[in-house]
Amino acid sequence: MKILVSQIKQSFNNISVSGLVGQMFVLGLIFYGSYFLLLTTQENLTARGIDSGFKFLNSEAGLPISDSLIEYSPAKSYGTAFLVGILNTLFVSFIAIIFATILGVIVGVGRTSKNWVISKVSAFFVETLRNIPLLLTLLFIYTVALGTLPRAKTPFNPIEGVFLSRRGLYLPDPIAHDGFGLVVAAFFAAIAIAYFFTKWAKKLQIRTGRALPKTLISLLVIIVLPLLVFFILGKPMSLEYAELKGFNFVGGIVLKPEFSALLLGLILYTAAYIGENVRSGLQSVPAGQIEAARALRVPKSVIIRKVLLPQALRVTIPATTNDYTSLVKNSSLAVAIGYPDMVSIGGTIIGQNGQAIEIIAMWMAVYMTINLIISALMNWLNSRVQIVER
Amino acid sequence: MTNPTIFVPKPDREAPAQAKGFLHWLKHHVFNGWFNSALALSLIAIIVLTVPQVIQWAFIKATWVGDSANCKTSPDGACWSFIAAKFRVLMVGVYPAAESWRGIVGALVLAILIITTITNHLKGKVLIVAWLLLPVFGYWIIGGGFGLNEVDQSSWGGLMLSVLLALVGIIVSIPLGIVLALGRFSGSPITKSLCIGFIETVRGVPLITILFMSSVMMPLFLPPGFIIDNMLRIQTGMIFFSAAYVAEVVRGGLQALPKGQFEAASSLGINYPKTLYLIVLPQALRHVLPPLIGRCISMFKNTSLVIIVGLLDFLGMIKSASLDSEWLGFETEAYVFGAVVYFSICYSLSRYGAHLEKSDPVLQK
Repeated sequence: MKILVSQIKQSFNNISVSGLVGQMFVLGLIFYGSYFLLLTTQENLTARGIDSGFKFLNSEAGLPISDSLIEYSPAKSYGTAFLVGILNTLFVSFIAIIFATILGVIVGVGRTSKNWVISKVSAFFVETLRNIPLLLTLLFIYTVALGTLPRAKTPFNPIEGVFLSRRGLYLPDPIAHDGFGLVVAAFFAAIAIAYFFTKWAKKLQIRTGRALPKTLISLLVIIVLPLLVFFILGKPMSLEYAELKGFNFVGGIVLKPEFSALLLGLILYTAAYIGENVRSGLQSVPAGQIEAARALRVPKSVIIRKVLLPQALRVTIPATTNDYTSLVKNSSLAVAIGYPDMVSIGGTIIGQNGQAIEIIAMWMAVYMTINLIISALMNWLNSRVQIVER
Repeated sequence: MTNPTIFVPKPDREAPAQAKGFLHWLKHHVFNGWFNSALALSLIAIIVLTVPQVIQWAFIKATWVGDSANCKTSPDGACWSFIAAKFRVLMVGVYPAAESWRGIVGALVLAILIITTITNHLKGKVLIVAWLLLPVFGYWIIGGGFGLNEVDQSSWGGLMLSVLLALVGIIVSIPLGIVLALGRFSGSPITKSLCIGFIETVRGVPLITILFMSSVMMPLFLPPGFIIDNMLRIQTGMIFFSAAYVAEVVRGGLQALPKGQFEAASSLGINYPKTLYLIVLPQALRHVLPPLIGRCISMFKNTSLVIIVGLLDFLGMIKSASLDSEWLGFETEAYVFGAVVYFSICYSLSRYGAHLEKSDPVLQK
């Protein structure tokens, strides 16, 4: 039962007898307000000697950035610097979303577990992280938790080529040789094969009722085929190890402490929220549904896939969409620990040339675009898993 | 004639020995299935390995009095005397010491208001008016004027500033959010699109950009000579931010109302403002009370972001206290203390929200 929007509309129309006059008045007020703001802003900008417009994006930035996914040097333009920030924001958000989802599902399922120890530990995790500001968690991880790591001179070296120290986590860098492209091609071919096989198997099941282990066979194909090509071609890849030279490491792939702290903080914080969504989703499925399926002797794995999940996900997915967009927005806290995300780089640019209006408009545009894309993807996912109600 | 036999039930038999007691509970709630057992055992192992160490650090080997030299003698234990030495700064920042009593008075008034609200001693209009007056009182008791010495806003800080920002932010944003939510249902396309545009824009961007906007961009919009203090600008930004989220919460409450309520009001000839004030809002707001408390928790957590735009709130004071050259190396204590304070406030609020949801028969579906 909902209020009809038209109902409220009608009453609004009733009170504003001369509604049109009122609306024109509001419109006039807005125009006058914006005009006044524009004038004072222009006056203020000239008084402070601040340029306006987006011309600055082409001029030399001169600001060093520690982490960049694309080629960058201080000689590049402000536009490139901002792009580096956007890519860093996207990169850290993307990885954090994946791991937060995995951890969140584990914690959420754990909280509904009949096992007392598991459910209490999950509840402790969720309540602690949800009730402490993310910024405090981030600063704690960055200054305290990472501070307990060994110094760069004496790194923790569990297996060859992996070094963990206060300078970050160094991993071997895989370097592709000739023929590695074929392995990649085999990987994509395997995905295509798995896709068509699944389609065919579904048709077979509808026609004959014979169910093949679709997921298992698809996974096998995707893993085995590229590996086979890899070994037939004689392992066309080598690893470049990081080396300690002087005070720091050279070579290899590095996860810097700022990035790791931000990633870890976002994962833990968002996982607590996703865990709550998973729990409320699972608890929203009436117990009778599971009991009925068990009474019909439906196998446990099928109960989970066909009875429990479709009903739980329609509660979980919309709430999780909100948490994903929050995660992207929360990645802006990078500025507090010095990871060069979009807000941190933009803030530096504002400090240099004072063009706050342009930078803030760019931030808003990028965040809103990312959020719209996430919402669209999640709505699509929701409509895919949605049970069709008859 | 013999008396008719009356049926006397036998006393219940006790549950079989295997189905009760600690061992039974252990079997069904800890060691149910090999996977759960293994997981539970490893979790227990982690707890047994870490918790005693944490207790050792936090209590047994901790230093409670003295200065940093005392703490250095017991490096395995926490240095709580550091917190004690910094306590005033953490609570009120660089607020003048002679005026510190005003922070305490403010806290007492807040405590009294909270207690009378929770125990239902304050009801109806008095309750609402008392809470609505709180921001005015807060700014007066901390800022001064009207008989009190004025204290510059740049010296407000610590937990006092966090609580003030959050309280004023949420209290002022609730009426604003209600207006925005009603505007979403408005028949006037201009009002409607303005409200939707505002709500969706604010909800689409991080709070930091709003804070940057209030701190860096707002001065550009204001006529020269018209200067608003940085703190007040940030407070304004937080109010607008919170209003957009409150509007979404209130919209949920409006949509949950049966349309018969509205129809009944209009068939009785009650006009729109009265319908809102007497019929729609009391019911809608009752529905949204628990999520509004959730907004209060977020608001309080969000105040920690103001350190990025140069205010020294509770977290800012924790950070700067941990960088004091006299007390170097006690960041852990500072952050743990901060986490405990934030956790206690937010967790009690969330328990109160859950209690409201459980105790209100209207909210039970």
